[in-house]
Amino acid sequence: MNALYLAFAYLRYHWARSLVMVLVVGLILFVPLATQILLSTSERTLTARADATPLILGAKGSQLDLTMAALYFSEERPEPLPMAEAEAVWDSGLGTPIPVHTAFSSGGFRIVGTTLDYFDFRDLTISDGRGLAVLGEAVIGANVARALERGVGDALVSAPENLFDLDGVYPLEMPIVGVLAPTNTADDDAVFVDIKTAWVIQGIGHGHEDVVTASEVAAGLDVTANAAIVEYQRITPDNIDSFHFHGAENEFPATAVIVVPYDTRSGTILRGRYLDPEGRTQLVEPAGVVGGLVDRIFRIKTLLDVVTAVIAVAALAAVGLAVFLSYRLRAGEIATAVKIGARRGMVLRLLASETVTLLLLSGLIALAGAALVARNAEAWVGWLLALGT
Amino acid sequence: MVKVADLGFSYPGGDFRLRVPALTLDDGERLAIVGPSGSGKTTLLNLIAGIFRPNTGRIDIAGTDVAALPDAARRRFRASTIGFVFQDFALLDYLTARQNILYPYRIAPGLRLDAAARARAEALAEASGIADKLDRHPEALSQGEQQRVAICRALVTEPKLVLSDEATGNLDPESKTRILDLLFARAEEAGASVLAVTHDHELLPKFDRVLDFAEFRQGRPA
Repeated sequence: MNALYLAFAYLRYHWARSLVMVLVVGLILFVPLATQILLSTSERTLTARADATPLILGAKGSQLDLTMAALYFSEERPEPLPMAEAEAVWDSGLGTPIPVHTAFSSGGFRIVGTTLDYFDFRDLTISDGRGLAVLGEAVIGANVARALERGVGDALVSAPENLFDLDGVYPLEMPIVGVLAPTNTADDDAVFVDIKTAWVIQGIGHGHEDVVTASEVAAGLDVTANAAIVEYQRITPDNIDSFHFHGAENEFPATAVIVVPYDTRSGTILRGRYLDPEGRTQLVEPAGVVGGLVDRIFRIKTLLDVVTAVIAVAALAAVGLAVFLSYRLRAGEIATAVKIGARRGMVLRLLASETVTLLLLSGLIALAGAALVARNAEAWVGWLLALGT
Repeated sequence: MVKVADLGFSYPGGDFRLRVPALTLDDGERLAIVGPSGSGKTTLLNLIAGIFRPNTGRIDIAGTDVAALPDAARRRFRASTIGFVFQDFALLDYLTARQNILYPYRIAPGLRLDAAARARAEALAEASGIADKLDRHPEALSQGEQQRVAICRALVTEPKLVLSDEATGNLDPESKTRILDLLFARAEEAGASVLAVTHDHELLPKFDRVLDFAEFRQGRPA
């Protein structure tokens, strides 16, 4: 007890030095713990979402970009594929196609244009409000609601792709009609709209005031439309009928199409249909793509572990040197203690008490940090996997 | 109180030889040891305290042959019987004056920190004029105040013998006299003898006896 009493007195008096040592050692212990927790959670989250998504249909190109965009709504922009491909899946009678359009964002969160099948497929539930019903409406993920402090009755505006592209995409104001219950997946960080709303944002569809009035028609006037016509930035019951699309819908773009085969046999047949190396589309299995990614992450983790170990050894050596120098500086104190009658063991116990106390405090800090990481790992990993959308 | 006879000591591997044929210190006596640097004065204090073991001879303190005691017993004997006052005060910067005074109870075997010990510490501090500074750390005390704390620490265990190694060496002339008077007064109250190494010849008249250590010196410390 006396050794502990003196150890605490020493550490308390030299609190700045003690604090630095505790923080340094705590950090050395915390970093590998936190890395392990985050990587394990990443692996679990990545794998779980990939395993829950049987197949993804997309344009030929990077399988990883396609998977990340379709599953985690990342910033990757794979080549879009025409909706005709989704129709082809319907027509095959082998599975349900769920198109996703992830080209745009709002308030820093990705806008996901899709169909109502997506909500059933992901088993998403509405915690407040209702689901999508009308063109122009938005249902937001739990993190979006929290981060933007928006809810049912508020509105979101799509971000213009390019401020200088005045001829391009106009922002669309979307009323929020529902908020999703949290899932700790990328869905928490998404703004869901009907895929047709995404096409409106893209400029394929739009609504504007009438170019020709009834009186002009009656008078048989030849009217030419120009930029003076007001284009609607918000879809309302009053103007919804004016919204229309130009071109054939089966040519409209989707980022990817999630394909849910009806059974194993259907899945096998579908995979066979997209094996043509000359084809413009590819059908990928997310589990395989993500498995490869996880393998790569863990190879990087091995490297990270080595780097962490080297840094830890160097930092511990520095801390050890500081402790050793501290003991050297206290040679006079040790000599005094011995002259007064202390055993060598008592002096060693005193120094050991200080060291153990520092290590315990460092361990507590590392564990507290690790517990904090573990508690928030799913949310943080979800945010990390959204890759800054 | 202290009887040294035929004491011989040398450091391992060194050419320093210390021989003390005879030295006595009576109960309550105040003996000053003077001599040139390196003559072995501090070595003698360490031998009497039982920190070093002599090669030959006896060191009797209050009837106990310190040299013959096993290590653990010597430490216990030292902690309970001998008080040390050092030239550099040897206070611990991370302890308050009160904690420094009670330090022997924290580290020495056989000493129990109880209410009586705490009361003794308070009384010594009161008598030494530092009662209002007990909660301060050494850095907040003057040198004279620090040495008073050191004297209180040396006497708090009620030792029979106080060994003082240049206790006034770091003090100004006025403080030297005051501190030495204080040490003698507290030691007298405690019934302790004082064996002091000093270079301050102006302080020698205050001692009962002065021993010129040069006569014991044979060789130099290693």
